[in-house]
Amino acid sequence: MQTLIFRTTAPFLAALMILFSIFVTLRGHNDPGGGFIGGLIAASAFMMYGIAAGVQYVRRALYFHPISVAAFGLVLSATSGILSLFEAQPFMTSQWTFPTIMGVEVAISTPMFFDIGVYLVVMGSLTSIALKLEEE
Amino acid sequence: MEGVLSILVGIFFAVSIYLMMSRYTIRIMLGIAVLGNAVNLLIFTSGRLMREVPPIIPVGELVPPGPTANPLPQALILTAIVISFSFLAFLLVLAYRAYQELGTDDIVEMRVAEPADEDLPPVSY
Amino acid sequence: MAGNADNAVDFAAGMLVAPTSAVDWLIVAPTLITIIGGASLVMLRYQAKWHGYLTCFFLAMLVVVDAILLARVMEHGPLTMTMGRWMPPFGISLVVDALGALMALISAVVALTVCVYSLADISVTSTRFGFYPSLLWMMTGITGSFLTGDIFNLYVWFEVMLISSFGLLIVDGERVQIDGAVKYAVLNLMATTLFLVTTGYLYGAVGSLNMADIAVRLREMPAGAAPMGTIATLYLLAFSMKAAAFPVNFWLPASYHTPKIAVSAIFAGLLTKVGVYALIRTLVLVMPEGRDLLSDVIAWIAALTMIFGAIGALAQNDVRRSFGFLVVGGIGSSMVGVAVGTEDAITGAILYAVNSILVMTALYLAFGILMRKNGGKYNLADLGGGYKASSWLSILFLALVFAASGLPPFSGFWPKLILVEASLKEGYGWLAFAVLLSGFITTIAMGRIWAHAFWRGGPIGTVDGRDAAPLYTLSSVVRHRVFVPVMALVAMIVYIGVNPSPVFSVSQYGASTLLKPDHYIAAVFGPVAAQRTVMNEDHATAEGQEDAGAAKSRGPNSNRANSNRANSNRANSNREGAH
Repeated sequence: MQTLIFRTTAPFLAALMILFSIFVTLRGHNDPGGGFIGGLIAASAFMMYGIAAGVQYVRRALYFHPISVAAFGLVLSATSGILSLFEAQPFMTSQWTFPTIMGVEVAISTPMFFDIGVYLVVMGSLTSIALKLEEE
Repeated sequence: MEGVLSILVGIFFAVSIYLMMSRYTIRIMLGIAVLGNAVNLLIFTSGRLMREVPPIIPVGELVPPGPTANPLPQALILTAIVISFSFLAFLLVLAYRAYQELGTDDIVEMRVAEPADEDLPPVSY
Repeated sequence: MAGNADNAVDFAAGMLVAPTSAVDWLIVAPTLITIIGGASLVMLRYQAKWHGYLTCFFLAMLVVVDAILLARVMEHGPLTMTMGRWMPPFGISLVVDALGALMALISAVVALTVCVYSLADISVTSTRFGFYPSLLWMMTGITGSFLTGDIFNLYVWFEVMLISSFGLLIVDGERVQIDGAVKYAVLNLMATTLFLVTTGYLYGAVGSLNMADIAVRLREMPAGAAPMGTIATLYLLAFSMKAAAFPVNFWLPASYHTPKIAVSAIFAGLLTKVGVYALIRTLVLVMPEGRDLLSDVIAWIAALTMIFGAIGALAQNDVRRSFGFLVVGGIGSSMVGVAVGTEDAITGAILYAVNSILVMTALYLAFGILMRKNGGKYNLADLGGGYKASSWLSILFLALVFAASGLPPFSGFWPKLILVEASLKEGYGWLAFAVLLSGFITTIAMGRIWAHAFWRGGPIGTVDGRDAAPLYTLSSVVRHRVFVPVMALVAMIVYIGVNPSPVFSVSQYGASTLLKPDHYIAAVFGPVAAQRTVMNEDHATAEGQEDAGAAKSRGPNSNRANSNRANSNRANSNREGAH
């Protein structure tokens, strides 16, 4: 797939898709979206970039090995459930905080970190499989 | 409506069982793919069908005002879809590797682990 | 805790507001330790040499946590924790009773021994491929299955266990492993899908997924209101497939001998027993009516499985496949207890499962040591001279032969005795005979393996082993890593054989909880009942909550008397509100 047009546009498209995947993940708490679908979008961005530019560029752009990213996501998801230990509540009870950052009230919660963990797991594992298949 | 879907589930199961009784791994994989969908549809049906009323409780209430769609089967199906999707992906890769390594996709000919010409155990020293 | 201050909701109507003590977190700790442990090993993928030691550390933590959990269950009765403090039966409850805690503890111990053995057995390549994370995640699935109180959650843990076991099975990517893995994967996937199908039916019939809630609802339903026969039969088929009971067992001897011996050992020890556990849990605790309907079918399956397993073991030249058939035979013995169904019989089934976990793992590991010494030979005809090479190993192996055959003074004797006695008491004379017959055939099969591999001087064709190739001696590091696990397992087997009363009393308590699930149900719904009592005292005028609670108040109220002990402290400290 070494066409000039695809090669030139792929980085921009991939960046846009990753931005969109983050947007989809973060809106997922109350609206359609969430970590799983966001992770799929991000993984397809990396797959597309891999097809356009070559797998080694994707690996360099990712810096960490995708499987390590997935493992980090798993740790993040599991840890986000543990925070309720300190509030004397059962595992996975959601914790919320509403700090005001630059005049905007931002809702930060453990479900959000859980979703980010899911995002990383899906993105990492699917990217890893796809890159492996593209290399062959 | 449940009756119609039950028949559909039955057809799905029949197709998948027919495919899984094949000797060729690729047909077994197709059967497993259909089986996963049959199960999802079955769970959906057994949660009872309802018009598309979202199960949202208004502010100040403790129960939904009227009958709503059952959200639990949808959560179960979502889990089951993800699991069956990942398993199918794994099985396809495994079947492909098996075809490469063993040179056949006929399970009757896959006798590497259980060789057909194995000796009988010794009966004495 | 409320999301926005302006639309605050009374959480007490749908959530448990009583504070959870940190001790209750022990219930989720086993799964958390293994999940996070496995994930951190994957993140440390370039430090492969630390993987084995870290895994042993995590599994040692798992053993400690499970032991504390078992001690607490024996002291306080079943423990429960509902995820996200949703009120049962709506949240996913993890419930630990004596059966679950005992099985979790034994599995953790076995996994730890296998991990120590793996330090010598698993190559750096396999480690890079992810052997140790898969091992830890498989333990997540196994312990999760033992500790969950939600039937769909049980399915999810089954899948976690299954997908990591695939990873372990094909860790070296050899031809023979891929061949075994195809059969293992397809049939196990069918079994878990069948489990899911049945869970769908059960949900359709009962409208709940919480095991305690299903148990209450099924007991209150008029006879014939739910298709119990269909559901119980499908569960029996699904879990028989997982457990490798007779007509659906052929995947096990086809695949269990293909991976590394450490993997075979942990598979043989744990995976099939999870199937047996699930069978006991669903048929005895959740739907006793279904078990009563099927008891004769289960008895036939159990008898055929035992006999078939023993005869299969007798017919194999490959010793590892012979052990595979022994695993199948052991499943039959556990199913005898499910078929008979009295408290003694269930106790025997649990004890036999414990015995089988320890013995089968130890057998594979001990045979692995012999294979290391003779350069990887596993056919009965090629073996010999084991006693001359290592008298210790042959003594350990002989103990395992006795334990697997059910001879005293080892752990296999007591469960068989209990099962035979319980079968005779319930009029299942032929089943008792089948137990004894399979024990007899197993004794022949195992005795022959021991005599050929250890007692005789050398393989066929040598004169008393004089011109046979000498067996290797192991370096001292390897020797410690392979012998310590086997010795630890044999020590446990001997201990249970000589002093069965501790394990017996735990199993008996587990069996009585299963047959009279009042305590189990009270443990799940106790907090709800306690909270409702406090709430009714507080706002006697709250009408809306009556509607919300009406659907689920039957179970807790009828059992509140039993839950005093567990909940009095929670009820007292219940005033911490959510708003």
